[in-house]
Amino acid sequence: MNDLPPPDEAKAEAKATTAVERKDAAGIVTTARIPGQVLPPAGDTFLGRRITPLTRRRLDNFRANRRGFWSLWVFLVLFVVSLFAEFIANDRPLLVRYEGSFYIPVLHDYPETAFGGFLPSRADYRDPAITQLINEKGWIVWPLIPFSYRTITDAPGPFPAAPSGTDWLGTDDQGRDVLARLIYGFRISVLFGLALTLFSSLIGVAAGAVQGYFGGLVDLGFQRFIEIWEGLPVLYLLIILATIVEPNFWWLLGLMLLFSWTGLVAVVRAEFLRARNFDYIRAARALGVSDGVIIFRHVLPNATVATLTFLPFILNGSITTLTSLDFLGFGLPPGSASLGELLAQGKTNLQAPWLGITAFLVLAVMLSLLIFIGEAVRDAFDPRKVVR
Amino acid sequence: MSLLEVRDLSVTFGGWRGAPPVEAVKRASFTLDRGETLALVGESGSGKSVTALSILQLLPYPAAAHTPESSIRFAGEELVGAAPARLREMRGNRIAMVFQEPMTSLNPLHTLEKQVAETLLIHKHMSAAAARTRTLELLHLVGLRDAEGRLGAYPHQLSGGQRQRVMIAMAIANEPDILIADEPTTALDVTIQAQILQLMRDLKDRLGMALLLITHDLSIVRHMAGRVCVMTQGEIVEQGPTEAIFAQPQHAYTRRLLAAEPKGRVPPADPTAPVLVEGDKIKVWFPIRRGLFRRIKGYVKAVDGVSLQVRAGATLGVVGESGSGKTTLGLALLRLLDAQGEMGGGIRFAGHDIAHERQRRLRPLRRQMQVVFQDPYSSLSPRLSIAQIVGEGLRVHSLTASEAERRRLIEETLAEVGLDPASAERYPHEFSGGQRQRVAIARALVLKPRFLVLDEPTSALDMSVQAQIVDLLRELQARYGLAYLFISHDLKVVRALSHEILVMKDGEIVEAGSTERVMTAPEHPYTRALMAAAFELAAVPT
Repeated sequence: MNDLPPPDEAKAEAKATTAVERKDAAGIVTTARIPGQVLPPAGDTFLGRRITPLTRRRLDNFRANRRGFWSLWVFLVLFVVSLFAEFIANDRPLLVRYEGSFYIPVLHDYPETAFGGFLPSRADYRDPAITQLINEKGWIVWPLIPFSYRTITDAPGPFPAAPSGTDWLGTDDQGRDVLARLIYGFRISVLFGLALTLFSSLIGVAAGAVQGYFGGLVDLGFQRFIEIWEGLPVLYLLIILATIVEPNFWWLLGLMLLFSWTGLVAVVRAEFLRARNFDYIRAARALGVSDGVIIFRHVLPNATVATLTFLPFILNGSITTLTSLDFLGFGLPPGSASLGELLAQGKTNLQAPWLGITAFLVLAVMLSLLIFIGEAVRDAFDPRKVVR
Repeated sequence: MSLLEVRDLSVTFGGWRGAPPVEAVKRASFTLDRGETLALVGESGSGKSVTALSILQLLPYPAAAHTPESSIRFAGEELVGAAPARLREMRGNRIAMVFQEPMTSLNPLHTLEKQVAETLLIHKHMSAAAARTRTLELLHLVGLRDAEGRLGAYPHQLSGGQRQRVMIAMAIANEPDILIADEPTTALDVTIQAQILQLMRDLKDRLGMALLLITHDLSIVRHMAGRVCVMTQGEIVEQGPTEAIFAQPQHAYTRRLLAAEPKGRVPPADPTAPVLVEGDKIKVWFPIRRGLFRRIKGYVKAVDGVSLQVRAGATLGVVGESGSGKTTLGLALLRLLDAQGEMGGGIRFAGHDIAHERQRRLRPLRRQMQVVFQDPYSSLSPRLSIAQIVGEGLRVHSLTASEAERRRLIEETLAEVGLDPASAERYPHEFSGGQRQRVAIARALVLKPRFLVLDEPTSALDMSVQAQIVDLLRELQARYGLAYLFISHDLKVVRALSHEILVMKDGEIVEAGSTERVMTAPEHPYTRALMAAAFELAAVPT
């Protein structure tokens, strides 16, 4: 009996919670419970939303994968922290108290004259003259790392400078603090990855849905189109683009999006091809429900299972893509903080091992965390795994 | 000493995440002697299959566990906790098993010869040539026609009945002492069922095997088994000789089981009622395309020239075996098959010609013609609550002005089909099969249709639940004057619900007439074979 291929999830769930019908006095059939069997409470919720026992089982499975669970927490903490990069690594102080009033240089620009300086230009807090003026009549609260990703530090010796008391991970070959660049670079990599994953998933799911649901010529034509489209050389197009326009975050996102949406199409198409023959789809058609509504309300929620298992890996790939582009010099404009650029510098400055090693470690840890999360998500959705 | 002695057998499946473990079998005890047929009868979930699997220790240990008192003795040897090597020697050799679903029990990538010979090679250490000869012998023995030519065939090239014969050949290959048959005919058509059961009886006599038959079908038990054990909720509540149990059941559950056949007849229909649905030489042909240019080589004529009439307030039963085209006919009448086949012929609903209408124009008519499908597990969308499922039709056709009114209508309909309206927010998998089928009926009913196509609505349900659903359908027909097209292969259910019957075979109608007449005095030889197989389990060659 257990050698059969796993039945449809709904079937498995239904058979697992067998109930016996009983008619009460009014002739209404209610569910009686088999003694010893526990039906989950009707009000099971997660993050404020009602969830089915199936979802509860998946969440439990995810939690049971300790490595993935902790990876998710670590990654989230790191990501949230990096979102506040401006408050952690900045060449502008967090808080300045001067002559009885508070100033927040992180958020606002103040002229020098506000602190008793000479010129009405924007105060440069790295200038010892300004800091001295301020410290005479108040105090400064610096962020943890007093450099931004663009600040050229005054580390001794030729750049790249080795790690020291001021620059904990040293500087890169232009004198900028490596740790600050790491934090900003991490943030932008993950944001790019998330944006790329989100948009390419949306497009991919939509394309897969249309292909799978309608089948026939639509499916055939679309498949041939995708085959041709995937044959286009992405890198050459990027190089050409780089000569026409200086690529920034959004241009890059747009171009990568053009080529990465095909990732999810196959999986979603398969799910839709399978689901469109189910009885509940036929029943919805018999009710007169239109195709679009059927796709959204009935088939799509079931197809998201497969999509969700792929998402961490797509995120992984997106981050790697941006890093590779930056490494080659075709990515974000020069001057922006990025991990790939740090890697490239590490390659050309082998005498400064802290560059290469830092970039490699950060990338390795970040991608590994995502892989662990991805494995845990896959386990969570595996219909055969029942955690004891 | 009996050949097989099962004493105090208990099986528990470990709970997960703190839920208490499930006791699937509780202290079951029975014996089986040489040459005897014992039937284990019960509804789904009663634990009979788990019991059968325990005998050969085929459960998923360690998720499944036996209590220390559980004992299964085969010819004096204890099987619970026996060494795996010893169990392997037993399986397929001294004790053999035939499973329910022949399609998934055969390896789809192995030819027949390879599958049947496998057990010979393992247990008898035959040479390939000797195994081949013996395989042919066995296939002849189980009645597989043209065995020589079919040795190289794959499972998907055989019909259901033929696959089950191959499974039986595999099981008897080593002349086992006990043959365990777990619902061997449930997935088969009625006429094939009769043949397979006959085969098993003959083989049992010829080889002197003991037969442990697991089934939920009482008529099979009556015809095949000398002794019967009745199981429910993991316990054997009654056991004894078949005659005695059927004649004088002691336990309340046994009595309920025996009484649970769909009973009663429909009240006579009004012959002057208007004809609601009319089909005129309906044709559904599926093209077979071959070759490089996908030229049409021929057609699979699923429905070929079927004409029918359904009057308001009456039920037309469509009977036939799998592949006869009855489901295709039902779906074609509702114009749900458009993308798939080539349709022809006329369909009129309440005077409107719907055969050639565009789908969009049909939408308002869809309110009045609804469908209930066979499988209660796949006909309800798993991610919507019951209220959402039942309310979907109301939403589509804008039948209610406000949310409150829709809610009220949904709750009324749920109460009408016998479900507790308070459970409307639950999801489908929290209900049993019979309850889910009620939800499907509610979904169709809430639109107040005039015509309902019921595509084998009771086939996937237990006997007692079937009877309840049949009662419900009869009641609803009487109350609302609904017209039903009741498609089924189960003649007992059809008899309880239909006014008229159509018998279909290979896409054509072989016989039509009132239920009374067709059931008591069938004219066509196929109908006669069908009746014989269904009611007497007699295998009449057609």
